[in-house]
Amino acid sequence: MSIFKNADGKPVLLKMVKGIQDNKAYLGEVDGLIGDGDHGMNMNKGFSLFEERFKDEEFGFAEGLDELGTILFNEIGGSMGPIYGNILMGMAEAGEDLEEIGVADLAAMLENGLKELQDIVEAQVGDKTLVDTLSPAVDVLKAAGEAGKDYKEALEEMKDAAAKGRDSTKDMVAKFGRSSRLGERSRGVLDAGATSCCIILTAMADGIIELL
Amino acid sequence: MQRIMNNPDVIVDEMLKGFLKAHSDIVEATENPRVVKAKDIPEGKVGVITGGGSGHKPAFVGYCGKNLCDAVAVGEICSSPTAAAFLDAAKAVDQGKGVACLYGNYSGDNMNVKMAVKMAKKAGITVKTVVANDDVASAPKDQREKRRGVAGEVLMWKVGGAKAAKGGDLDEVIAAAQKAIDNTRSVGIGLTPCTLPAVGHPNFEIKDGTMEVGIGHHGEPGIEVCELESAEKMAKRMVDVVVPDYPFVEGDEVVVLVSGLGATPVMELYVLYDEVDKLLAEKGIKTHKAYVGNYFTSLEMMGATLTIMKLDDELKELIDMPANGMGLKQF
Repeated sequence: MSIFKNADGKPVLLKMVKGIQDNKAYLGEVDGLIGDGDHGMNMNKGFSLFEERFKDEEFGFAEGLDELGTILFNEIGGSMGPIYGNILMGMAEAGEDLEEIGVADLAAMLENGLKELQDIVEAQVGDKTLVDTLSPAVDVLKAAGEAGKDYKEALEEMKDAAAKGRDSTKDMVAKFGRSSRLGERSRGVLDAGATSCCIILTAMADGIIELL
Repeated sequence: MQRIMNNPDVIVDEMLKGFLKAHSDIVEATENPRVVKAKDIPEGKVGVITGGGSGHKPAFVGYCGKNLCDAVAVGEICSSPTAAAFLDAAKAVDQGKGVACLYGNYSGDNMNVKMAVKMAKKAGITVKTVVANDDVASAPKDQREKRRGVAGEVLMWKVGGAKAAKGGDLDEVIAAAQKAIDNTRSVGIGLTPCTLPAVGHPNFEIKDGTMEVGIGHHGEPGIEVCELESAEKMAKRMVDVVVPDYPFVEGDEVVVLVSGLGATPVMELYVLYDEVDKLLAEKGIKTHKAYVGNYFTSLEMMGATLTIMKLDDELKELIDMPANGMGLKQF
């Protein structure tokens, strides 16, 4: 299938939640190397709050993204609250009127999420942040949409791009956030935000593939 | 980890409960459980707010009170409060005269404040900001905008709060607070690391017998790691970082603030202060007022920060005004 129904999106959101829950300790470890070690904990708290409140509710893909983003934004704080809040709410905004979501639509949603993020942070590709994961994922999905690629193939390519983006942060020196204070000492480890972003995008892609 | 706590995940909420009970003569709760408000805020004044991560007691809630901040947004440990908390703090104290948000230069705080300012504007509230960047060790002087805010924030709140209490309008409050931080320089020395209760182990290391000069409030690395020295030498190291950066020169009148980082006995802070005072006196720098104690800490880190602010007539008057917060009482 070349689309999935927006209204059917609940399992995709729950898969994203599970992705974060399953990686709580791992994200904490990654963050602990050059950050303060609370990334897994904070992300898990926000995503689990969403699960708790909405697991028994009916909601669609865009609606779920909006609710999840709102919880992260309003209740988590730190840097990750506004960062993921803006991304997810930005995605939701671009998708709220869609009944069916095709590759190009999903690309447009992700692109709007990235745009909303860049309204509040100046980070660009190469700065060792989650932009290094998100930006190539958007590019690949957009190209796939324009080329009319098969949905599953497009999502697999997006997962690869996200993973490559995540891995690229390993050799970078952090320019933003707490790890930027480390300068050269931040080289050699993954960025925690880039890592969690890859987990979320991968879970989202896998969830959508199951709906196709 | 030897800690007094129940559940590390809710330690901030439990701390706030105790704080509000113990200081019910100074502060009160608001509808947002992460916003604390001063009691009996005088009518018609500009609102002054701040906010930041927890674990820095008495900062930030300790500086909520009379002639200080009117409301404070409270974050998780070492993590910015939400934009919603900053917004609710502004809403709680806005009297139509606008709100000054005086906070420290950290990426999370910057983002959340930026969004809160936007949301406040939509709600018809003017919020203007001053971002503290007094930590000399965190970036070179030509990149001052990158420097972190540390204990100099206390002096910024003291000055901004006093200016608002004297009836200053929003621009005057902002100008006074900005001048306060522009005239202020700080540096820290860390002797031991700190541990987030929910993480359970220190996330950075300071080896026994060493100290880190220029360390940040969250263990951000400093200028150099060296062998643990006498208080006299430590004082010299700190003065040598802080004084030339501003620079403070002969004839200047200053405020000196020596704050512990959490686990250093206050007794030792006085030993350090005495050494600092001797060095400043040698340079012909006159101390108008000194604050020594745990004013801005980092959980159970050992070590201290030295903060110096140059005074002019306006700053002197504002620093000398009485104040009553848990972290700063002046009569």
